[in-house]
Amino acid sequence: MTPIPLNHFVIFSLFLFSIGLYGTLTRRNVIGILMGIELMLNAANINLIAFSRYISPNPETGQIFVIFVIVLAACAAAVGLAIVLAMYQNRKTVQAEDIHILKW
Amino acid sequence: MAYAYLIPVFPFIAFLIIIFNGKRLKHQSAAIAIGGSLLAAAVSTVVILNTLKGATYSHTFEWIRIGTFSLNFGILIDPLTAMMLFVVTYVGSMIFIYSVGYMHEDPRFSRFFAYLSLFMASMLGLVLSSHYVQLFIFWELVGLCSYFLIGFWFEKPSAAKAGMKAFITTKIGDVGFLIGLFLLFTCAGTLQFKDFTPEFLAAKTQAGGGLFALAAILIFAGACGKSAQFPLHVWLPDAMEGPTPVSALIHAATMVAAGVYLVARSFVLFAQFPQALEVVAVIGTITAFMAAFIALTATDIKKVLAYSTISQLGYMMAALGLGGFSAGTFHLMTHAFFKALLFLGAGSVIHGTQTQDLREMGGLFPRMKITSLTFLVAALAISGVPPLSGFFSKDEILLTAYESGSRVIFLILLVTSFMTAFYMFRLFVLAFLGKPRKKIHAHESPAVMTVPLSVLALFSAVLGIPGSPYWNHWFQGFIHGGHAQEIHVNLFVVKCSVAAAFSGIALAVILYRFLPKVPEWLAKIFKPLYLVSYNKFWLDELYQLIFIGPFKKISQLLFRFDAVIVDGAVNQSAVQTVNLSALKNWFDQHIVDGTVNGVAWITQRMSRILRKLQTGLIQNYLLILLLGLLFTIVIGFYR
Amino acid sequence: MSTLSLIIFLPVLGMIGVLLTPKTEVQAIRRIATIVSAVVCALCTFLLFRFTASQPGMQFVEKIAWIPQINVFYHLGVDGISVPMIFITGLLSLLACVASYGIKERVKEYFALYLLLETGMLGTFCALDLFLFYVFWEVVLVPMYFLIGIWGGPRKEYAAIKFFLYTLAGSIFMLLGILALYFASTPHTFDITVLSVNHAFALGFQKLVFLALFLGFAIKVPIWPFHTWLPDAHVEAPTPISVLLAGILLKMGTYGFFRISYPILPDAARWFGIYMAILAVIGIVYGGFVSLAQTDFKKMIAYSSVSHMGFVLLGLAVFNYSGFDGALLQMFNHGTITGGLFLLVGVLYDRTHTRDLSSFGGLGARIPVYAGMLTVFSLASLGLPGLSGFVGEFLTLLGSFVTYRWAAAVSCLGVVLAACYLLWMIQRVLLGPLNIQWKSIAEINRRELFTLIPLLVIIVFVGIFPQVILNLFGPTTHALVNALGGISQ
Repeated sequence: MTPIPLNHFVIFSLFLFSIGLYGTLTRRNVIGILMGIELMLNAANINLIAFSRYISPNPETGQIFVIFVIVLAACAAAVGLAIVLAMYQNRKTVQAEDIHILKW
Repeated sequence: MAYAYLIPVFPFIAFLIIIFNGKRLKHQSAAIAIGGSLLAAAVSTVVILNTLKGATYSHTFEWIRIGTFSLNFGILIDPLTAMMLFVVTYVGSMIFIYSVGYMHEDPRFSRFFAYLSLFMASMLGLVLSSHYVQLFIFWELVGLCSYFLIGFWFEKPSAAKAGMKAFITTKIGDVGFLIGLFLLFTCAGTLQFKDFTPEFLAAKTQAGGGLFALAAILIFAGACGKSAQFPLHVWLPDAMEGPTPVSALIHAATMVAAGVYLVARSFVLFAQFPQALEVVAVIGTITAFMAAFIALTATDIKKVLAYSTISQLGYMMAALGLGGFSAGTFHLMTHAFFKALLFLGAGSVIHGTQTQDLREMGGLFPRMKITSLTFLVAALAISGVPPLSGFFSKDEILLTAYESGSRVIFLILLVTSFMTAFYMFRLFVLAFLGKPRKKIHAHESPAVMTVPLSVLALFSAVLGIPGSPYWNHWFQGFIHGGHAQEIHVNLFVVKCSVAAAFSGIALAVILYRFLPKVPEWLAKIFKPLYLVSYNKFWLDELYQLIFIGPFKKISQLLFRFDAVIVDGAVNQSAVQTVNLSALKNWFDQHIVDGTVNGVAWITQRMSRILRKLQTGLIQNYLLILLLGLLFTIVIGFYR
Repeated sequence: MSTLSLIIFLPVLGMIGVLLTPKTEVQAIRRIATIVSAVVCALCTFLLFRFTASQPGMQFVEKIAWIPQINVFYHLGVDGISVPMIFITGLLSLLACVASYGIKERVKEYFALYLLLETGMLGTFCALDLFLFYVFWEVVLVPMYFLIGIWGGPRKEYAAIKFFLYTLAGSIFMLLGILALYFASTPHTFDITVLSVNHAFALGFQKLVFLALFLGFAIKVPIWPFHTWLPDAHVEAPTPISVLLAGILLKMGTYGFFRISYPILPDAARWFGIYMAILAVIGIVYGGFVSLAQTDFKKMIAYSSVSHMGFVLLGLAVFNYSGFDGALLQMFNHGTITGGLFLLVGVLYDRTHTRDLSSFGGLGARIPVYAGMLTVFSLASLGLPGLSGFVGEFLTLLGSFVTYRWAAAVSCLGVVLAACYLLWMIQRVLLGPLNIQWKSIAEINRRELFTLIPLLVIIVFVGIFPQVILNLFGPTTHALVNALGGISQ
């Protein structure tokens, strides 16, 4: 069985990243945006694994990175969701365009 | 004669005692003053007796020394000094005694005697001086006493004013005197009287004596002021505001004669320069005539006497100016006695009648016999009736004038002599003869006043004898320092003189005693002349117009100049500084600070535009981020 | 501590004492000030007698390095020119201090400033270092400003500011002159005695420096036309301050000529002599005329000061023995006479609260002792022989007659004018009918007499025995005249 060529992984991750980016930029709902961000992170993870498997002389490096990213993504999601919850409690909305208190 | 310095010391001590204890002493102060003057008279008598024997004395000490320049003051006693000592102490003592009666009721009685004593001390210091500057010092002091005594009744504004007028008018002359002294000092190098001998002057003036003559004339300016010579005579009539004994002592007998004394003292200097002598003679003659002319119409008894004094002083000056040293000094001496007597007599009249206006008097003879008789003696003496003292001295002056060759001066002096006799007897007739024109309770003065009158009358009568041909002109020889003088009697002059005197007396008696309407009628006919005389040649008004008025104007003008221009410049510079700083303030606020604020303003405006990017929408930011990334990538590819 | 330093700094000690006293203890404050002034006066008198007059040159010298980096020394010393000035300063300070008992408000500040002023004045007359001289000169200025500005009359702020700024403007020029001298000398020095000996400055430079110093001194004297601060300051200042102003501060200006301008810049001094004589004559006559126009008693005396200080300048301008001696004597006399006149004006003002000459009249009969005092001081001021004013004027005129005849002749007009305005003043105040408004006016009291008698004694004494005081400064002034190449007469 021939292994799946590296190109496929890269193209797949590109699609995944684009979907995530699109979601992040277009979703009105903050939770949707968070989900988009997760997608982009995972696209990056796939790339890391793939390159580590095919190119790197030291395959463990990429895996370690990925594990770090997963952990951080989990943390980021937890913090992000907590923020969303707090925001909802205060402003009764989770729509991104309604939240512009950082504007000057 | 070292004790001579005591002469002025006695009256000065009296002055000190009285001025510091005036309140306590009251009428005792008169005793102290008289004591002082009598002691001075006693010592003077001893000095005079020594001088008569031919002794002279001089002693100097150093007053100021600066480098090589020094002022050596001291005492100089010669015949001239002796004569002055005689006049001052004798007349002075008589007047002191008289004043006890005259001033008895005055609240400032002791002050009066203090001033009199101070005057006596200063006057004696003046005549004893051996140095011009020393003389000048006492000269000013007698002027000061005169100022105090003229203004003695200072509550009267006219008296206060008269004192000031006297002081300032004489001060003008004194300034001339002072400049003259400076000039004399720079030319001659000394101001000691005894250094001025004809030989010394001849040596000094070999290269031309113009400056010496000028110095002499300037010194004469001082004498003009003090002796009330034209044109500085205007203060003396006003000085009659003072108490009458003062008028007698200061403004008739002694102080006003100081000017004559000064010229006599400087006679060697004057004699060296005919120009200077000429000035003295002309001024003296003008003064003598003018004052006598004014005296013709004066109605105030003291004013008549004042003008008479000015006139007689003019006589003395004229005599000196014509070279008649002994004539001038002789007349000085005789005049002191009979003029003091006239004033004291007038004072007695004023004391008895409480008026000074001749038109209110009349018929006093029966009620004031001693006063009237002594007054008559003095009036005859001044008119030049032989053999009274005035005749001999005046005759010698006329003789000098006649022999000097100047007929004009001789004639003027002769006419003046006639006028003198006329106004004196006009005064006598109006005051003593006829009937009282007003109801006045005249009474004879007390003995303390009449005794001095009698003593003075005696002197007035006989004092001419020593200078008369009967004594072989002894006085003239004495005053010239023992050199017998050749004086030949000129009968023509004697006749003229006697004729003038008697015609004057006769005319006055006829006009005022028997034909009282005629003077009024004459006044109407000669109205211009009458007005000139009555208004004293309008000299006071003229001075007011050309000196006093302009001086006040100038002072006001300069004051305004000071306030507006000089001070204005100072204030303007301050104001301009303030204005300049206001301008700088504006520049600072608007230009300098404006630049700073402008930068801030521009920054603010720019940021207002840029902040539009800050939407607060996170997706916008992300989009921009993305675009930026893409842009960077594109740039990266195309590099 | 040596004599001069003691004299100068005792008043500062007194000032500290006054400042430590509670301000309610008015009596104690006055006592401290009076005692200190009296001790200073006694020390000044002691100095006067210990001073060896026959010997020209500096005595009682003290010299300590102060700021060695720029060669500044604490250098004090006195000669025949400064000794009479120090004496009159000590005396007038004591008398004016006693006359200050009339000050009722803010007594503590008053006496503190007063004592500081005294230090400044004494220091100015003792300093032999230009830097030190300038410091003391300015020390005088500040207390004077407050003394006029706080305790003065209705227009006190105007007068005080005018005085301060005008004098300060002058001293700026003076400072420039001092610095020019410092940088022109090699090695750089502020020492007056050193600068006086080595005067090898070029004439052009001398002229410039002389002009700069002249401005500083002329404003202080005041020389016409820099005199207009004087009437304002005098009219507004309280009586004792007027006394010090007229009696001492004005002399600081002419003293400056004697001490600094003449010895250091002799060529320029000779060159400017004629111009100074012209200004002096203008001042004499002009001051006389303007005095004549005054209706305010104090203002009249203030303008008479312009005239009298003109005589000092005239004497200064003629470069001969009598002129210099006359000028110095006139400085001394003006201090005593005009000081006394201001005290007398104050006496009258305390009783009547007016200085308008036309509102008096006939006071001579009511208050004879006061009248006598006023008359004697006025007569001294108009130069009556026998009183001190005459000797000063006589010597000055004599000296100027030797050099500039016309100047002496024109100045004599000033003598006549002095007689006019002073006698007219006497007539308006003392003579004539009594103004009924003052019928119960009180006679001069014992304290006031105490302030006048010493001056009177000096006036009479100097008038009769002038040689005593002439001997005091003669050797010094004559040495100065010789150094200047003047006429030894």
